[in-house]
Amino acid sequence: MNIVVCLKQVPATTEVKIDPQTNTLIREGIKNVVNPYDTYALEEAIRLKERFGGIVTVISMGPPQAEQMLREAIASGADQAYLLSDRAFAGADTLATSYTLSLAITRKINECDLVVCGRQSVDGDTGQVSPQLAQTLAYSFVSYVDNIEDISEGKIRVRRMIEEGHEIIEAFLPAVISVVKGINVPRLPSLRGIMRAKNAAIPVLNAQSLDADPQMIGLNGSATKVVRIFSPERVCRGEKLPGDAEAQVDCLITKLRESGII
Amino acid sequence: MRNLVHRIAEERILPVRAELDEKEEFPRALINDLAASDLFRIFVPEEYDGMGGGCFDLCLVVEELSRVCSGVAVSFAASGLGSFAIRQFGSEEQKRKYLPDVAAGNKLTAFALTEATAGSDAAALKATADKVSGGYVLNGTKQFITNAREADIYTVIALTNKTKGSRGASSFIVEKNTPGFSFGKKEHKMGIRASVTGELIFQNCFVPESNLIGKEGMGFIQVLRTLDWSRPGIGAQAVGVAQGALEASVEYAKQRVQFDHPIIALPVVQNKLADMAIKVEAARALVYAAARTVDSGAKQISEESSMAKVFASDVAMEVTTNAVQIFGGAGYMRDYPVEKMMRDAKVTQIYEGANDTLRSNIAGEVRKRGGKRN
Repeated sequence: MNIVVCLKQVPATTEVKIDPQTNTLIREGIKNVVNPYDTYALEEAIRLKERFGGIVTVISMGPPQAEQMLREAIASGADQAYLLSDRAFAGADTLATSYTLSLAITRKINECDLVVCGRQSVDGDTGQVSPQLAQTLAYSFVSYVDNIEDISEGKIRVRRMIEEGHEIIEAFLPAVISVVKGINVPRLPSLRGIMRAKNAAIPVLNAQSLDADPQMIGLNGSATKVVRIFSPERVCRGEKLPGDAEAQVDCLITKLRESGII
Repeated sequence: MRNLVHRIAEERILPVRAELDEKEEFPRALINDLAASDLFRIFVPEEYDGMGGGCFDLCLVVEELSRVCSGVAVSFAASGLGSFAIRQFGSEEQKRKYLPDVAAGNKLTAFALTEATAGSDAAALKATADKVSGGYVLNGTKQFITNAREADIYTVIALTNKTKGSRGASSFIVEKNTPGFSFGKKEHKMGIRASVTGELIFQNCFVPESNLIGKEGMGFIQVLRTLDWSRPGIGAQAVGVAQGALEASVEYAKQRVQFDHPIIALPVVQNKLADMAIKVEAARALVYAAARTVDSGAKQISEESSMAKVFASDVAMEVTTNAVQIFGGAGYMRDYPVEKMMRDAKVTQIYEGANDTLRSNIAGEVRKRGGKRN
């Protein structure tokens, strides 16, 4: 089985400050870590490899420092890695990101049965890359997977988390799945893995080597644009209604009528 | 490697250490985690699936583990101790038979020397190994053995010749489940409670010829070499627990407010912390210097490894006691980690060469060279 895992580096803290002038995150001085949901994706991919045989390739679109994260993924058991890095990829929204990731799969990796992603990144929180990636690749897509039941005869059967329970979904391969916390407990790297990772070559793929359409990557390829990022101002306004519950209800109805709401 | 062990200690050991201590529970799941990360490979040569590390690497791992829980650290380190004789003095067949499993962490080992009447006076051992056709029959009881019952492979020292004193001792590899080999009492200890310490009982236990390590009569030399090699590891264990205590003390002192300020603002606390930090650094330097000497293959390593063990264990006792003091009343409570560290530290002054015995040995060496530099 050929499995691809998409990893993203995110700031290590939830207390990220926003530069009011540029509307972007202030990333200086903040440590970068692998997106927590992606660690579950990687662990699941390695387990599938152990169960069904095959190769696990990890990819990430990011700045040069993301290479360290890819190396650690190899130390945990991934077989190979690619870093997709180019100034032209910067400013990408999820659409441009998923296009770029898809190029690595169709133009470099070629053989791919399953793509495993984390359900969302903890900085963007959109959860959009994995479905957009599936759409671009024309693969099946199942989100919020919390257990992989079986893979056989060209199909994958998974248990998917829904609001008040689970559903079992069967999809044709090749497929993209996004996984949730709790699907597994990620392993720690091993010493031998660390040594292997130290010597591993991690090719850097840029726009040219991926033969990327310049209109579909980075800012140019973004269908959405961040106009402003702000923390909403907390305004404490309101009136506490007096009396017991009955009196409060009467008072509330009167006020709603007076203001024409009802 | 240090970072990896640090992570394992923080992510896997820290959450369960209090419970393991409370229940005196052997950390089998954690041992499996250490095995999965290849950590048992560090003290096995490459030819036998190991990574060919030495005493220095062992000390690095033990220090990081001990910083979080000495009980887990000891369970790990004891497997290095129990397999040393096979690694150093074993035949090719013995190494190939046993070491790969040790390296993979599939089988733990234990070192069985101590008896009820033979602690510091190890030469007074009484366990016997009578020569019979095809092998030896072991009789006797071993006391206070780390990893008793949990280990699969035991290095057992017994007398093959009862007339020559310690020169009549030989080492044997005895596997768990060998008929005539059973386990007795499991000890309830002051500290390192996650580590299992127990009695081994040999009653007409037959071991084949092929399980003798080296030659008859070589037992004691092997023991001395084994302990010389492992003592820096105990030093590392001591440095680790002291380090953990120091960090906990600083963190507590920064947030505990008395007399309107965090107590770290008080000179009396600052002096304690400074002295603690100085001693931990000094102990660390001595331990790793001794580890390097051991790895260099030098002939004379006893004195240096003994000094490192004595100094580091005394430092550990002092630092952990001061840590409890800095925590004050809270430090005395089992809810806080430092009283466990103090209980864990004490044993480092006692086992693998009681500090009293080692001081006596060191004095002998010092006297021999007139106190001059080595």
